[in-house]
Amino acid sequence: MAAKFEPVLTRNVGKPEALTLKGYRQLGGYEGLAKALTMEPDAVIDEVKKSGLRGRGGAGFPAGMKWSFIPKGKDKPKYLVCNADESEPGTFKDRLLMENDPHQLIEGCAICCFAVSAATCYIYIRGEYTKSAVILERALKEAYDAGILGDNVLGSGFKLNMYVHRGAGAYICGEETGMLESLEGKRGQPRVKPPFPAVVGAFGAPTVINNVETLCNVPHIITRGADWFKSIGTDEKNTGPKLYAISGHVDRPGTYEHPIGITFREMLDAAGGMWHGRQLKAFIPGGASAPILKPDQIDLKMDFDTVAKAGSMLGSAAVIVMDETTCMVRSVARLSKFFNHESCGQCTPCREGTNWMELVLDRLEHGEGTERDSQLLLSICKNIGGQSLCALGDAAIGPVKSLVDRFPEEIEQHVRNRACPFPRPRYFENGA
Amino acid sequence: MSVHEPASVKPPGPQTRGGGLSAASRAEIDGLRERYPTTEAVLLPALHIAQRQWGGWLPDEAITAVAEALDLPVARVYGVVTFYDLFHQKPVGRHRIRVCNNLSCQLRGAEEILEVLHRELGVGEDEVTPDGRCSYVHFECLGSCDTAPMMMVDDEYHENLTPNRVRQVLKGLK
Ligand SMILES: Cc1cc2nc3c(=O)[nH]c(=O)nc-3n(C[C@H](O)[C@H](O)[C@H](O)COP(=O)(O)O)c2cc1C
Ligand code: SF4
Ligand code: FES
Repeated sequence: MAAKFEPVLTRNVGKPEALTLKGYRQLGGYEGLAKALTMEPDAVIDEVKKSGLRGRGGAGFPAGMKWSFIPKGKDKPKYLVCNADESEPGTFKDRLLMENDPHQLIEGCAICCFAVSAATCYIYIRGEYTKSAVILERALKEAYDAGILGDNVLGSGFKLNMYVHRGAGAYICGEETGMLESLEGKRGQPRVKPPFPAVVGAFGAPTVINNVETLCNVPHIITRGADWFKSIGTDEKNTGPKLYAISGHVDRPGTYEHPIGITFREMLDAAGGMWHGRQLKAFIPGGASAPILKPDQIDLKMDFDTVAKAGSMLGSAAVIVMDETTCMVRSVARLSKFFNHESCGQCTPCREGTNWMELVLDRLEHGEGTERDSQLLLSICKNIGGQSLCALGDAAIGPVKSLVDRFPEEIEQHVRNRACPFPRPRYFENGA
Repeated sequence: MSVHEPASVKPPGPQTRGGGLSAASRAEIDGLRERYPTTEAVLLPALHIAQRQWGGWLPDEAITAVAEALDLPVARVYGVVTFYDLFHQKPVGRHRIRVCNNLSCQLRGAEEILEVLHRELGVGEDEVTPDGRCSYVHFECLGSCDTAPMMMVDDEYHENLTPNRVRQVLKGLK
């Protein structure tokens, strides 16, 4: 790990001048776009490929490769849809980027559009993020007025329109094809793939979909080069700065920028450690969809491949920390309730299975479970896993399986005691 | 290009009855058409606009008005309205409270926050106080887990809540 890491994505956080175009430019903004416009579009794609940048929205797919799947040429419409739906429980990093540095995102989107010859970009933002939406709309207007967007981007002849599109409260619209359906004015039910969005995406046209944080990396890769980007991180496949959103039982929850691959222990220390000097019991490394890990993984490197090897996933890098007083059954029951509520209902295994998981976990938590419930939960997981159309189904079983596999004694305790043995979680006055 | 401020950021309009979409709402919807290659894609923004005009929810009349404005079958519009959590088909309070009780908030006491609301407002979830002032619901993660427990009142986030903070916030609502 680099001795001294200077924040990249969050360098403007807390600098109100970054909210204006003038201020952003004084901080070096739009230099990446200006540089990209002097390059061949394919050279831009190559640079991003070389950087090793992987998607920050959940799946970790290489961004440059995704862009290279878009058919070449300017004759047919193409789109970029920026995924600002951020609804994965535990995730709040994209909001920080949008509220503090909107032009960084606009610049990243513009470079991507230039690279794939897209003339239209939609920033699909979750409906609840009204503040981010207002900030982005204002920044967009400034960018139009200054000729950074519109018919002649920075005098280059490249034409680009960019709009904010607000969702209306549905986690599944974060899934890329659910998002496309929603953008088109429909229920956000994921599509069957293939065809992939790069071939048939928004309005039937080739479409790139990238997460906010992914796109915010792009201006820096262009200005500072792929080699600089690759010098940060664990290895060739896990490169660059990364935002980690830490919540739960830590002393200072928040969004922290680290080189990708910092260990969980280092991250925990940076967040002030466990609150009230309590012991670590469990942590989720990548949002509600990621299997839960135990303290024996405290020295885990938090990058895509290392976390996957440890039997979980980095996902959106939403780290949820739980102390010794936490009831794992109650926690997982809450996550199952979430997946049940958010299942779009298209596939029977996901629609029915998430409902059953919630019911069984709820009765366990209330002391009404039986010895056979662990097996029942596993069999429900088996029926959902790999049997449903989008990744929500698989995501829903992650926490449940890890509960049964890694915390079997807690389930037993609930059954034996006929009650939950843990106290109810409490708030604290000013963390006191 | 004109700036389109997100609909729900402006104060809710007076409850409109019988008149269909107001001229202002209609103009706002029409202004969005140029953004999309299809009219259908204007549906979500149009529903946000209509919901603001109708004081925070979408009675049948509002749904029909949007369907007509966009030349879509009414059933199509219903299908969309029922899919999304931010569209409401029954009356809501002048102030709409959403309490996150997903995991990160639950770990920091969100359940108690919901109980305080219940006690203070004297109504159940999704019901409106008799004076029409408030309604509240529990909600999935609102992207503010680092300030848990939290709730959203209309468009504003209230963070690091305690029962006292909740009571203060409620006092401030007209
Ligand atoms: C159920 C579900 C919800 C998702 N929610 C989000 C989200 O809120 N934000 C996001 O960026 N990606 C989300 N994703 C991942 C997207 O489908 C997609 O992989 C991502 O936007 C691609 O961008 P990236 O390659 O830059 O990460 C979700 C996926 C699934 C299956
Ligand atoms: S897996 Fe679940 S959320 Fe995904 S398409 Fe099927 S029913 Fe919908
Ligand atoms: S879990 Fe409550 S805001 Fe994320």
